Amino acid sequence: MKDRLQRMKEEALKQIRSSDKLEKLNEVKVNFLGKKGELTAVLKSMKDVAPEDRPKVGQMVNDVRAELEKVLEDAKKKMERFLREEQMKREEIDVTLPAKKRNVGHRHPNTIALEEVERIFVGMGYEVVEGPEVELDYYNFEALNVPAEHPAKDEQDTFFIGNNILLRTQTSPVQVREMEKGKLPIRMIAPGRVFRSDEVDATHSPSFHQVEGLVIDKDITFGDLKGTLAEFAKELFGENTKVKFRPHHFPFTEPSAEVDVTCFKCGGKGCRFCKGSGWIEILGCGMVHPKVLKMSGIDPEEYAGFAFGVGLERIALLKYEIDDMRLLYENDIRFLKQF
Amino acid sequence: MNTPLSWIKAYVPELQCTDQEYVDAMTMSGTKVESYVRLDNNLSNIVVGEILSIEKHKDADKLIVCQVDIGKETVQIVTGATNVKEGDKVPVVLEGGRVAGGHDGSPLPEKGIEIKKGKLRGIESFGMMCSIEELGSTREMYPDAPKEGIYIFPKETKIGEDAIEVLGLHDTVFEHEITLNRVDCYSVLGIAREAAATFCKPFLPPKVEVKGNGENIHDYISVEVEAPDLCSRYCARVCKNIKIGPSPQWMQRRLAASGIRPINNLVDITNYVMEEYGQPMHAFDLDRIEDRKIIVKRAEEGEEFQTLDGQVRKMDRDILMICDGKKKIGIGGIMGGENSKITEKVTTVLFEAATFHGPNIRKSAKRIGLRTDASSKFEKGLDPHRAEEAINRACALIEELGYGEVVGGMVDVCQPFKESVRIPFYPEKINKLLGVNLSKEEMLGYLERGEFVYEKETGEILVPNFRQDVEGMADLAEEVARFYGYDNIPLSLPRGEATTGKLSFKLRIEELAREVAEFCGFSQAMWYSFESPKVFDKLLLPEDSPFRKAIRISNPLGEDFSIMRTISLNGILTSLAMNYNRRNENVRLYEMGNIYLPKQLPLTELPEERMEFTLGMYGEGDFFTMKGVVEEFLEKAGMNKKAKYDKNAGKPFLHPGRQANILYESGIIGFLGEIHPEVCEHYEMKTKVYVAVLDMPEIVAKASFDRKYRGIAKYPAVIRDISMVMKKGIQAGQIEDIIEQRGGNLLESYTLFDIYEGSQIKEGYKSLAYSITFRAKDRTLEENDVQKAMKKIVNGLQQLGVELRQ
Repeated sequence: MKDRLQRMKEEALKQIRSSDKLEKLNEVKVNFLGKKGELTAVLKSMKDVAPEDRPKVGQMVNDVRAELEKVLEDAKKKMERFLREEQMKREEIDVTLPAKKRNVGHRHPNTIALEEVERIFVGMGYEVVEGPEVELDYYNFEALNVPAEHPAKDEQDTFFIGNNILLRTQTSPVQVREMEKGKLPIRMIAPGRVFRSDEVDATHSPSFHQVEGLVIDKDITFGDLKGTLAEFAKELFGENTKVKFRPHHFPFTEPSAEVDVTCFKCGGKGCRFCKGSGWIEILGCGMVHPKVLKMSGIDPEEYAGFAFGVGLERIALLKYEIDDMRLLYENDIRFLKQF
Repeated sequence: MNTPLSWIKAYVPELQCTDQEYVDAMTMSGTKVESYVRLDNNLSNIVVGEILSIEKHKDADKLIVCQVDIGKETVQIVTGATNVKEGDKVPVVLEGGRVAGGHDGSPLPEKGIEIKKGKLRGIESFGMMCSIEELGSTREMYPDAPKEGIYIFPKETKIGEDAIEVLGLHDTVFEHEITLNRVDCYSVLGIAREAAATFCKPFLPPKVEVKGNGENIHDYISVEVEAPDLCSRYCARVCKNIKIGPSPQWMQRRLAASGIRPINNLVDITNYVMEEYGQPMHAFDLDRIEDRKIIVKRAEEGEEFQTLDGQVRKMDRDILMICDGKKKIGIGGIMGGENSKITEKVTTVLFEAATFHGPNIRKSAKRIGLRTDASSKFEKGLDPHRAEEAINRACALIEELGYGEVVGGMVDVCQPFKESVRIPFYPEKINKLLGVNLSKEEMLGYLERGEFVYEKETGEILVPNFRQDVEGMADLAEEVARFYGYDNIPLSLPRGEATTGKLSFKLRIEELAREVAEFCGFSQAMWYSFESPKVFDKLLLPEDSPFRKAIRISNPLGEDFSIMRTISLNGILTSLAMNYNRRNENVRLYEMGNIYLPKQLPLTELPEERMEFTLGMYGEGDFFTMKGVVEEFLEKAGMNKKAKYDKNAGKPFLHPGRQANILYESGIIGFLGEIHPEVCEHYEMKTKVYVAVLDMPEIVAKASFDRKYRGIAKYPAVIRDISMVMKKGIQAGQIEDIIEQRGGNLLESYTLFDIYEGSQIKEGYKSLAYSITFRAKDRTLEENDVQKAMKKIVNGLQQLGVELRQ
């Protein structure tokens, strides 16, 4: 009996080793361990064994069964792993084939630039406000210390609609509207569309965008203006950007300045981009003129403030190295896709 | 304003700086230098030589061989020039030297031309004699240069001298940007005064003294000003026995370097004084002035006048005329008349230096289309003190240079001057505004550089009369700051109470719209606010369409930019058409921009500005793609109720069978549809174009960022499919309304899963199939619940005339 079991086991192991398919393994399992299998047959023939030997033989049969089951299980796992690997080998793909994209749309470079500016100032506690594009002469000029007949009025090439209604030439009127509300202190930026009667060319457009900034509080200084815009320039153009404040004139600020930043192409050494100067002009600013404060109902003895105006297209053209302003209003998808 | 450094130095003799130092310092003190040109750029090693002898070249008919004395030695030069003779003194560029250009006056090469010794037809030449063009200038600026050939110096010029120096070309011309407030700086004296203040050097303006010939001007001329509002000062002086000829070299050089062509002594003196003082002058031939009388008055409406450029121009009541006893002789501040023009034969000259009303000059010049050097100065509003100073300077030059004699006295018709401005001086306020801590003395030092005077007794600052722009403390602060140096003011950040940085709700919704549009494949376009009224025709809008009530710009750039848009579609359509034309495929664009709706025309109050969210596309996708974008946006904007679509939108620019108004909570929030094929033709697009326009004020009013968690269903759903046949005219929306109204609170959702028209369905009918989902929040549904709900729905559908299919 012992020998029979031993032979059976040897035979089974041999068959398992030679199995190259899962079905074969199954067959082996059925043949030896199944209901009609050889091992089961041995158990069935137990009645022929002497009763005193039965436990011993039973033990032997169980041992063989356990061993075979284990070997079978291992062989099955091994084979399954092998088959899975085989399948995955067949499933290999060319990962360099083109991606399937959703074709998400693109934001206009002006808007991207604006969002950058907004992000910087909102972070500094500024509220983003808006004002009308068709504006009263009073807000666009008079309340900004540009009285009737002031040459600045001509210089800005205003589009007029009626006697006292015009297309705003700057976002500065929003300053006045905000000051008139009488809620102090003020920290605001006002982005928006402005209009000047310039013919369309590579550097001009009759309609473009500005971002106005205004801070009114007690104890605001020219130093605060410098500090604020220096932060702004660093955020917008990079940590190493330096700013230069040059005296200038605007009717609604005194003192006034124009601001240059170090050329971000050459870092200030001078290149074609900055016409050799190392500097690029980006905005105008100044301390709010006491007359402007007074006209808007703010006491210049108690409050002071600064204001600035940035040309959005200018920022976009510089930052994204766009060489022709017309591209911004043409809406060629091949242009827009680059942003 | 182009100003040569040599002229500035004439009044600031101690000024020593390189060109770049000048640019930097002046720019940082407020007189920005835009650019500069060195007149001796590419000129080197050029001396004055005297031609000792000229021989013919033995092998070339057109060449001559000259022996030229250049001081230390005599050099041999071969030339083709024909205008030189023995004894002429000429500019000679020596071997290794450089000239600016060729003799033909063609554009100057960037690095000039180097001169080397060489052989011309076998004879050695050790340099070159130069024409004025080779020296980088023109005959216009050097009227003494011969018409052709080599420049010849006056006899008295010293041999061996630096020819560039003799020609006044060791000079730099700076182009200054003058801000509108600094009228005084539109003059060499003004710039020189700024330079002196910037570099802390003494400023020495010319000392003007007119002797006069003992006669009395009042015997020569009388002046009446009938329009003192337009002419606040009129000064007149007379010079007699005028000898016309060239002006002195130094004057010609300064004018030429400033870009003004020297003409003759009389013209040059008026131009010179205009540049120097910023005060334009006019010279009349006194013998052509009738009745010896000048009257300054307004022109008659519509009268014609011939200006000295020969053109006849039409005048109006707001134009100021200079007249004599009988006739008009000039347009005040703009241009003189043909009839009193100075000629070579003039013997007695009447000089005029006046102060005209700036804005009137500006407007007049614009109206008659004649902006002159004079008018561009007057329009800035000149200081009346300048008129007297300038006219005296001109007369003094006539005397000093011996061009004539000056009649004693000046006729001066003058309105009272503005009182000089006094500003209380509070150094602590200036410190506070600037964020610095300067002493009173330091501040006064800066102010005095600009000729401001501190009056101890009153503690006031007296503003000099040429600074009409300075009115208050803030102006003084700027004066202090620019000489202290903007660069030296320390950086700080505003202190004070904290404020919340934020975007308005409207801006946040607009941002959301951009995000959704982009996610759906639309790129952002930007378009102009103004467009052509032809757009209305292109969009097939009827004559009485309210969209045609648009605001007109009174001074547009042209008809194409003449009205403020009342409808946003043209921008998107034009942009799509451009892309289509350039063969860009599958283009999707959106725009966020205002339309402008007048409350009445002509405009008496500001119009309503409505932000429109406009989407347009061609290529892949159809009406329902666009509808999907709209609904994605509404969902993201927290507008969770179902939008309705009304096909009776009545938009003439859309396909009549493929358009709808979009309704939300029964209000119209926009429209969408396929562009009418005829409109597509107008835009030259041979493709289907879909658009949607959402009216942002409506959206903003209904949108919300509030979200509430509704829970995730715990109990199973029951799904029933229902298939039906109906007349084609019945819209899916009607079916859905019934499902919604009758589904009860167990109805969870429904989806259309099949739509069919064709052979299995009778003519004029269609089949729709919906899958309807029921679910209860608190229990598992029973068959009975669902049957009840379905029965209600089916009854409703049958009332609509819908047949159910099994």
